[in-house]
Amino acid sequence: MTEGIILKSALSVWWRNFSMYSKIWKLNLLPNFFEPVFFLLGLGLGVGFYIPQIAGVPYPIFITPGLIAIAAMNGASFESTYNVFVRMNYNRVYDGVLATPVNEAEIVLGEIFWAVTRSWIYGGAFYIITCLFGYVPSWWSVGVLVILILTGYLFATIGMAFSFTIPAIDLFSVYFTIFLTPLMIFSDTFFPLQERLGPDWMWIAELTPLFHCVRLTRAFTTGHFSNILIWDIIYIVGLGVFFHWLTLKQFKKRIHQPAR
Amino acid sequence: MAILIAEKLTKYFDGFCAVNAVDFEVAKGQCFGFLGPNGAGKTTTIKMIYGALAPTSGRLQVFGLPPQENRRSVNRRLGVVHQKDILEETVSAWDNLIMQGRYYGFSKQQTHSRGEFLLNMLQLLDRADESVFRYSGGMKRRLSIAKGLLNEPELLLLDEPTTGLDPQARLLMWNKLKEVKQNGTSILLTTHYMHEAEFLCDDLIIIDHGKIIARGSPKALIEKYGCKNLEEVFLELTGRELRDE
Repeated sequence: MTEGIILKSALSVWWRNFSMYSKIWKLNLLPNFFEPVFFLLGLGLGVGFYIPQIAGVPYPIFITPGLIAIAAMNGASFESTYNVFVRMNYNRVYDGVLATPVNEAEIVLGEIFWAVTRSWIYGGAFYIITCLFGYVPSWWSVGVLVILILTGYLFATIGMAFSFTIPAIDLFSVYFTIFLTPLMIFSDTFFPLQERLGPDWMWIAELTPLFHCVRLTRAFTTGHFSNILIWDIIYIVGLGVFFHWLTLKQFKKRIHQPAR
Repeated sequence: MAILIAEKLTKYFDGFCAVNAVDFEVAKGQCFGFLGPNGAGKTTTIKMIYGALAPTSGRLQVFGLPPQENRRSVNRRLGVVHQKDILEETVSAWDNLIMQGRYYGFSKQQTHSRGEFLLNMLQLLDRADESVFRYSGGMKRRLSIAKGLLNEPELLLLDEPTTGLDPQARLLMWNKLKEVKQNGTSILLTTHYMHEAEFLCDDLIIIDHGKIIARGSPKALIEKYGCKNLEEVFLELTGRELRDE
């Protein structure tokens, strides 16, 4: 396709998802607020009772940035995996859209916009709740709302590239258990990774995606910034752009298969 | 004047030939039939016309343009009704049309004024606020037609529009499609119902295994092969074996 991208066309794809979501927004939105409450009660107050200090801060304050980043990762991931797969293969939404003036690149972009939106709602809800609990010490933390967009973009593109490549919906359980679960646990989220892994092995953490999102989120919730954050942003944008490109490639390949 | 020209149009998928050097033209104002058993290459051809598939070789021109390179301008003037309804069943007919309108850049108001005419014509207006999952099969098909006509296309592509409908629903659909044609929209129709082709088509081709095996008006074909109706012509030409493709 040599026709380029019209933003309004991409937004029409976003709008379709938004209007389907908004029909039952109360049902959709509410769980996003309950989940952080459960996490903060169970981990923050429950486990936190036995761990008064970790890496120099109270336990709930330590885990807050990780939990916000995980929420954003999950929001983008559910949307870009199961929902995208169902729209593609069961509801055949894209077959319909491709018969209109909207092109492949615009569909992919619109879907990424939407996954980022969902991710932002998930992570944003988590952020608001942690503020209410008093676990976010810095005013800089409003910047988290921008970091959520980066986190959403990265996991939206990775998830979508996977969705447009796999042949069957069952493979998402592999994606969630083998890929996302270890990221959730080992990305400096629940314990200080550097202390356990040691400086010689930190390069492994530097390779993984959620680690960078957590470090950025932590910088904003605590208000402690350093130059390493530039590397985090480069990593997220770079990998995101790569998977964005791969998503479009895989999407085109998928829709150019024989008519069914 | 031809609004669609296919010359030696060919499509291969990994060595499998789905459409084999097909030649045809659709004239403005015409209802053109694309007849063939399952696996004849009908849907593949439709997908090439709206630019979702690239031809392997041959020439395809829609409104004088190759659709693959001109997706945006061609599809703006084209309406497509897919073989299987692509509808959001949990929301209303109106919501479905508004979503469709967005793809063309229409505002809610623009969709509303055009949609009202279409829903009325297709006898859906009084139930247009209901969730689509309550609709009968015939109503869902008519809503798909309304979606396909929303952008006031010059050419409407109908991929097996009455498959799965009961005889009453089919008859209503045929009458509605006649009306669409009378309103000035050209139609390209794929079907394997010969009655449908006899009722609606001015001109048609019969294809099998991706190749054209007969062409002409329904009347001319019946006369040429000395058959009672188009159904007999079709079976005569495509054979009587079962197709499980």
